[in-house]
Amino acid sequence: MSSERTIPFHTISGRPIERLYTAESNPQFNYDAELGDPGTFPYTRGIHPSGYRGKLWTMRQFAGFGTPEDTNQRYRELLAAGATGLSVAFDLPTLMGRDPDHPLSLGETGKCGVNVTSLADMETLFDGIALGDITTSMTINSSAPMAFAMYLVLAERQGVDWNALSGTIQNDILKEFIAQKEYIFPPHPSMRLITDIFAFCAAHVPRWNTISVSGYHIREAGATAAQELAFTLRDGIEYVQAGVEAGLDVDVFVPRMSFFFDVHSDFFEEIAKFRAARRIWARVMRDRFGARDERSLKLRFHSQTAGVSLTAQQPMNNVARTALQALAAVLGGTNSLHTCSLDEALALPSATAATLALRTQQILAHETGVTSAIDPLGGSYFVEHLTRSLEEEAERYFDTIDGMGGMIAAIERGFPQREIAESAYRFQQDVESKRQVIVGVNEFAAGTTAAIPVLQIDERVAEQQLAKADRVRRTRNKVAVTRALDRLRRAAAGTENTMPALLDAVRAYATMGEMCDALRDVWGEYQEQAII
Amino acid sequence: MGAMGAMGAKRIRVVIAKPGLDGHDRGAKVIARALRDAGMEVIYTGLRQTPEQIVAAAVQEDADVIGLSILSGAHNSICRRIMELARESGLTDVLVVVGGIIPDADLPALKDMGVAAVFRPGTSMQEIIDFIQIRLAPEGANAAGAPGR
Repeated sequence: MSSERTIPFHTISGRPIERLYTAESNPQFNYDAELGDPGTFPYTRGIHPSGYRGKLWTMRQFAGFGTPEDTNQRYRELLAAGATGLSVAFDLPTLMGRDPDHPLSLGETGKCGVNVTSLADMETLFDGIALGDITTSMTINSSAPMAFAMYLVLAERQGVDWNALSGTIQNDILKEFIAQKEYIFPPHPSMRLITDIFAFCAAHVPRWNTISVSGYHIREAGATAAQELAFTLRDGIEYVQAGVEAGLDVDVFVPRMSFFFDVHSDFFEEIAKFRAARRIWARVMRDRFGARDERSLKLRFHSQTAGVSLTAQQPMNNVARTALQALAAVLGGTNSLHTCSLDEALALPSATAATLALRTQQILAHETGVTSAIDPLGGSYFVEHLTRSLEEEAERYFDTIDGMGGMIAAIERGFPQREIAESAYRFQQDVESKRQVIVGVNEFAAGTTAAIPVLQIDERVAEQQLAKADRVRRTRNKVAVTRALDRLRRAAAGTENTMPALLDAVRAYATMGEMCDALRDVWGEYQEQAII
Repeated sequence: MGAMGAMGAKRIRVVIAKPGLDGHDRGAKVIARALRDAGMEVIYTGLRQTPEQIVAAAVQEDADVIGLSILSGAHNSICRRIMELARESGLTDVLVVVGGIIPDADLPALKDMGVAAVFRPGTSMQEIIDFIQIRLAPEGANAAGAPGR
């Protein structure tokens, strides 16, 4: 045997890789049980019988910054350029249910997304955009019910029937407790808000995707590929269980659930992760929950290239990283994709960088030929071995978490948080020791990089949004606001669905901070035990 | 390592804080652990701390270093406020360092406020440890330093 390099051969998640995979790598491999044809159970090869020959993935680029006026302008440009879907990035005050004048909003208003304080801002954000003609994805979680209520009231005002509305709210609170930490209320009332939305949408907004169960933030916080897969799908199980316990039929609400994964740098491991995710979900829904509708069995997912893999040093290298990650997402059968911009280790994307990111997807779709054959890697000894191995690792995590009494119990004892923190630290040590090479950072770092132009957010956004909130507070019917917030408190304290009370509060122009404060009055705020 | 570092030197005390509304704490936690493994005394404030809370923690903990992790773009306003409060509280020789998503254009203003260093994505843990240890080396430990007070 010829000599090999002496580096450790492992994935970026630390999974050891053999030198060669053969038929023996996958004992008792059964095509029908493990793969099935595309569009058939267990959907390992994809949920559509025609793959990308039928429909390409949706190219959905996440955008939002500054005032609603600024972002409305960007949306109109996107729609004029042929986009049919929008994806709203909110700022932290909106995401955390704080008005711009709260002390913790200092410096945050309009910074990492658009500020939406009341219905008046939602009206501006979609000014001139007919909600019946587009699909809108809103990346918002603990305050998702309020933002969604604003969107529904806006549709009402535009004369658009809720039956015709289509879009997605992320609405995934478990990964907030686990990773991104944008939680407000404790776990149980947070879960109740989510099942309220499942029930409300099943009855009134049937085409809305009620949740996007997200591994992205779990991975970005440092999880391995297997941890991302396991914790995300176990979160999905927790939501389905909560829906069932709230008296809903799985085949009514599960078809409206979708998923969101990271697509990181380790090419084959990522492809295997997506294939394993579809297979696990199909089996879990059939065997654990007795789902019969095939739409409940099919895992649909959005993916986003790994923001955490982007480097501030030699930022042009990020274009290559993102392109390769996007290719892995496509070979893994993603249904929708966001490609990160090269400048995201420095700031929010500039318009030029965002366009290049979109062009990267278009080149993949139209120039590389990778969309012609469905699941082109299906049957590869290596990919099938990795798929099986990731599935087994995820199932071991399921057993551990089930043994703790479910995901909420596991979160309360800090289990997923600790697992992720360990992986993050191990990865950083691998980078320090150069066991993991990062080009331009710990190797090939010679030379200087010219500064690249980045997007600057006008510091006056906070003043403008504050002035607007003041105007709204002065001109609205104060009695109606007080009455609506009281009704919201009563709904929260009792068992009735919270959505009708939220809709009333929104119609009265209650602010995001006021609505969340009303719920804080009843439920309190969650405080985590910080784990280092 | 025990309560005292090598040669009986006082251990460096670091407050790692997450100001503002952002919850992305991977960097803060990795750095907290790396500094602790390097022998420093690390106090992690947890999430969503106001500038007032952070400065109060630094006073109470007799911190030598305040490490701020800010990824949301709020760094200018937050750092300005923290530096003002630190001055008002008499924390004149505490070393304030910032890690996060910070554009080039904001670096001079942060330096002018008195931020000692900005560490951006890709910075090695060792670089941060070395920076703190060199800046806090007892005076006289390097040839150019003045004698101790």
